[in-house]
Amino acid sequence: MIGIIAMRDLRSLFAQPLAWVVLAVVQGLVAWFFFSGVGRFERLQPQLSRMSDPPGITDITVIPTLDSAAIVLLMIVPILAMRLIAEERRAETIRLMYSAPVSMSEIALGKFFGLAGFLLIVVALTAVMPLSLLLGTSLDLGRLAAGLIGLTLLLAAFGSAGLFFSTLTRSPIVAGVATFGLLLFLWVINFGGVDLGPLQPAIDYLSMLDHYNAFLEGTIGTEHAIYFALVTLGFLTLSVQRLDAHRLQT
Amino acid sequence: MEERSTLIEADGLQRFFGPTQAVQDFSFQLERGEILGFLGVNGAGKTTTMEMLTGNLAPSGGRIELNGCDLLDNPRPAKASVGYLPETLPLYTTMTVDAYLRFCARLNRVPKADLDEAVATAMRRCGLEDVAERVIANLSRGYKQRVGLAQAIVHDPEVLILDEPTKGLDPIQVREIRQLIRELGKSHSVILSSHVLPEVEAICTRVQIIHEGRLVLAEDVSALRARMQHSSLLLGGRALPAPESVQGIQGVERVERLDDGRLRVFHDTQSDTAEQIVARAASEGWGLWELTPERKSLEQVFVDLTGASESEVQDTNEEMAA
Repeated sequence: MIGIIAMRDLRSLFAQPLAWVVLAVVQGLVAWFFFSGVGRFERLQPQLSRMSDPPGITDITVIPTLDSAAIVLLMIVPILAMRLIAEERRAETIRLMYSAPVSMSEIALGKFFGLAGFLLIVVALTAVMPLSLLLGTSLDLGRLAAGLIGLTLLLAAFGSAGLFFSTLTRSPIVAGVATFGLLLFLWVINFGGVDLGPLQPAIDYLSMLDHYNAFLEGTIGTEHAIYFALVTLGFLTLSVQRLDAHRLQT
Repeated sequence: MEERSTLIEADGLQRFFGPTQAVQDFSFQLERGEILGFLGVNGAGKTTTMEMLTGNLAPSGGRIELNGCDLLDNPRPAKASVGYLPETLPLYTTMTVDAYLRFCARLNRVPKADLDEAVATAMRRCGLEDVAERVIANLSRGYKQRVGLAQAIVHDPEVLILDEPTKGLDPIQVREIRQLIRELGKSHSVILSSHVLPEVEAICTRVQIIHEGRLVLAEDVSALRARMQHSSLLLGGRALPAPESVQGIQGVERVERLDDGRLRVFHDTQSDTAEQIVARAASEGWGLWELTPERKSLEQVFVDLTGASESEVQDTNEEMAA
């Protein structure tokens, strides 16, 4: 059932220009970051050759590309996710699922995996660029893999947050802005120089950027994976509850 | 599985929206093979009741059993036995008719092996074969309505719940959809809502009149028809007598002369007043050219049933005309 809902969403996404525009925009931007990364590596080449243990092309080109890709997607995912439930409620197509023998968890998970499927395509297309370097040089493939897993987990968290905000309102735009606000806040949450004393560890823990960076360093740390899993599961659970509450509306 | 005869059993349904009570103490049953009409003005609580029956809205109180399964305790089999056509068509307009119906069938757990047949049957019954590969957004209103109906029947449910199925259609399309519903009524049980009496009369076997969230009348359509039976006659003729002389005929209660010279004769329902009037007209040479039985209008029935004030009925009347 989850697969049926997810596939329908994915198909109808590709029937509209939005999916293609998003793919093109993300690909274009990431390509530009990647291109400047390659340029940077070439510029630094003379200095690197004089170092005893120089950073490789993975450090200088690949990792910054993944880093920027995350920021691009931080802005794109809310736009993709905002319509998941809000649009269905506005068009009243959601009644199709409410009247069918389908549970609220199946609806929420179907919607989530539909979006996740699209985001996996984005991750795959992003991965192609660093991998193309294999034609001319060697890469730290382990580190690239860790980075891609991190990006995937990060996008799952983004997507589930977007899904949750989409259940809160009938207006997709409102859901999108709220999602973007929350994600950006979690991204920059410990940027400020202010020390919040005893609260600081909690604030640091909430930072999506820190957990993502841990993956980019090349380690798949359990605690960081758990953080993303918790965020994703948390928002999915809240989404199911919101869907249930729609029937109780007063 | 045994064939149940009672497909819907609703008991003491209640629904509040904040402080306002949209549905109060609503109980009824639906038997196999019945076409039940919910009749009421806009805002009477028809849609709210239907949304509760289909699991779109949780009741504030009461119990619903669909095909023997409680909707709250056992929603999956309960919902599987119902097909719902909401007032706003739940169409994914970017999909083709075929893809959309396939999705609806899968959503209602039609096994993959039966999918082709289920979709083909639904399309044939609703006359959609010619537009199977068209995108829904490009279809006319009438076809969209049919797609909505096809969506409700694609998993061959025991009960169909149709909210204003002929809304916004032109008279020819209305006739087609009514024909289709009558056809579906042979193999399914149907509940449909309407705010126009002739529609309910034309399709349904039983009618429930809902007014301000309450069930005010539940009876067979034939009984409703009798209730609305004519209680006045319109007479037109070249040489009609004075109202006073018509007054003398047995069963006549009151006679009034209309501005155009015709007479309106109010009579009781026991005597064969019309027959006697015709006999008198023939023997006295009234030159009769019109004798029309007048029916009670729905708003009069509403007044009888609810004791609503005249001004309320006036509003009702305007809504019915709209």
